[in-house]
Amino acid sequence: MSKLEQEGRREFLKKAAAGTVVTLAPGVMLHSLSAEAAPRTEPVTGKVRWGMLIDANKCAEGCNDCVAACDKENGLNLVDMPEGADESLWERQRPRWIRQITLKDNLTGRLTSLPMMCQHCEEPPCADVCPTGASFRRADGIVMVDRHICIGCRYCMMACPYKARSFIHAEVAEKLTHTPRGKGCVESCNFCVHRLDNGQTTTACQDACKHQAIIFGDLNDPQSAVSQALKKYPSVAIRDDLKLNPGVRYSNI
Amino acid sequence: MKKIHFSEWGIDSPRYWGMLALLGAFVAVAGLSVLYMEHNGHWVTGMTNQIVWGMPHVFAIFLIVAASGALNVASIGTAFDKKVYKPLGRLSALLAITLLAGGLAVLVLDLGQPGRLLIAMTHYNFKSIFAWNIYLYMGFMAVVALYIWFMMDWRMNKYYKPVGILAFLWRIILTTGTGSIFGFIVARQGYDAAILAPMFVIMSFAYGLAVYILVLMFTFKVDGREIGDVVLRRLKNLLGVFAAAVFYFTLVYHLTNLYGTENHAYEAFILRDGGIYTLLFWGGWVFVGCLLPIGIVYHPALGKTRGGIIAAATAVILGGLATVYVIVIGGQAFPMAIFPGKTIVASGFFDGVNGQPFLYSPTLAETLLGIGGIALTLLLTFIAIRVLRFLPTSLANEVADPHYAKS
Ligand code: SF4
Ligand code: SF4
Ligand code: SF4
Repeated sequence: MSKLEQEGRREFLKKAAAGTVVTLAPGVMLHSLSAEAAPRTEPVTGKVRWGMLIDANKCAEGCNDCVAACDKENGLNLVDMPEGADESLWERQRPRWIRQITLKDNLTGRLTSLPMMCQHCEEPPCADVCPTGASFRRADGIVMVDRHICIGCRYCMMACPYKARSFIHAEVAEKLTHTPRGKGCVESCNFCVHRLDNGQTTTACQDACKHQAIIFGDLNDPQSAVSQALKKYPSVAIRDDLKLNPGVRYSNI
Repeated sequence: MKKIHFSEWGIDSPRYWGMLALLGAFVAVAGLSVLYMEHNGHWVTGMTNQIVWGMPHVFAIFLIVAASGALNVASIGTAFDKKVYKPLGRLSALLAITLLAGGLAVLVLDLGQPGRLLIAMTHYNFKSIFAWNIYLYMGFMAVVALYIWFMMDWRMNKYYKPVGILAFLWRIILTTGTGSIFGFIVARQGYDAAILAPMFVIMSFAYGLAVYILVLMFTFKVDGREIGDVVLRRLKNLLGVFAAAVFYFTLVYHLTNLYGTENHAYEAFILRDGGIYTLLFWGGWVFVGCLLPIGIVYHPALGKTRGGIIAAATAVILGGLATVYVIVIGGQAFPMAIFPGKTIVASGFFDGVNGQPFLYSPTLAETLLGIGGIALTLLLTFIAIRVLRFLPTSLANEVADPHYAKS
């Protein structure tokens, strides 16, 4: 067993002992909220489909709040530049799960800004091409990477039409227990899965956005805020032509 | 027709071991590069979150593509019953295996987690063309090994033809599979073309044959074995045809792309504005890889000289590497159209702001890993021909061609 795997294992055990969430198999999660509470075993079901609506009109150009929140929530701010690395190259190598993009319409010249993360495709190309099945889609619509079986081939990054994924280019000294991370694996936004599996209903980026540009929730529940908003306002899926049915939608692009 | 004899490569020991030591040194350097890259992580390479496949993939894909093409010479002898090619079959099958081994080694050693190879062997996602390719590669090696055995063992001679045909069909599927690795990436403009898979097959014909010609000429020359013009002329004419076919497919690929408006930006990038990629396309892919070898092969004087043939085969290989570079790296450097009809004017994560291509400059370590793949291929080949009878003792005209004496 390599040092890394041992580390991963140790963390896995630590995590299990702490009583958060244990992945049994892709799509099946074992929940045990705390040592005191009666353990709750419950597979993730397709009753829920997590999704988002992002209003580009509300997203303020140059704002960085969602990015900073995601970095903090998922420990991306703990990924340090290795000593001796070239700064401009490292900028292109460091992981990012969410970014702000500003667009100009080629005809009208109208500017819009929007945050972009993994779009949680219903037909995810990343999972289709992944040789080991490390990239997978949970029954509740969350697409994520099982970092214990990711071999780091980066084929998923080649296949993702939204450039949503990052490869871990360097050793990571410090990491959060709920977001394990290892050199040589690929990762991307997972809708803050640790929050959802702990019964929370919001994502860090959504909470951080003071302009309320991000609405998150259950697309299958007609009463949820996101379903209501989708019903009310026109929205689009980015690269609709690829027919991937992403769980993240945008309005006012 | 004289009976064809095969014998082990008989060059004197100091020379042989010297060659092995040199190749071994290249392989060792590649091994050290891997240790360095794996120990530090990929930040010591030029690869980024935008250019995720770099130099190692260029070499690996070139070698894998050439592997299936190297088998062609054997296939022409077996599946199409061409007598002149029969004595050439063993080396051709051997190169198919060693090229594949070299390519796969590079591919695996560039993984983020090469230590998890066992996982790749036990966790399969059957939807993934990549996973299928692992099966195709392993199966290919097994079938070709069987084929070599049947060629060498006269008791198995009656099964030799069906296995030869199986190996031939397998290689066509294998190259199509390798081409499909790109074909499945619909999101990227450069790869979203149905013609890519057949183009890979044609490229494999050319690259495999070029490698074969060079290895054949070298091993014969240093061992004092004779190759007659009958064999060489056929091989070089074949090379000319394959280089011309690559050229043809290149034309069709870009013309069909130019036909569809959605690909205009990508075409402008490769053909006109792409800097290093444009240079490699015209200078490497088109000129060195296609026009130059065609010119040499069909030149009335040059085409007849051995130096000319060596130059043509070398040009096909160098041009081939440039071709794979343009496809693999150029295809990634061109920013994906995430928002058709819009220009990205600012981004927190390098989305090709104002259509700027992504930067990639390969480092020494990753290039040495790729070169190590070529060295490994040659090392394995030289060991095999030393211990087993792969090489015919002579390919002189009267041996190779039953009708030669009469004409
Ligand atoms: S956006 Fe990319 S990473 Fe996310 S599910 Fe779709 S293909 Fe996969
Ligand atoms: S890098 Fe990991 S998650 Fe991505 S395709 Fe390869 S094995 Fe799957
Ligand atoms: S949902 Fe969570 S993981 Fe995804 S971008 Fe927002 S904060 Fe990051």
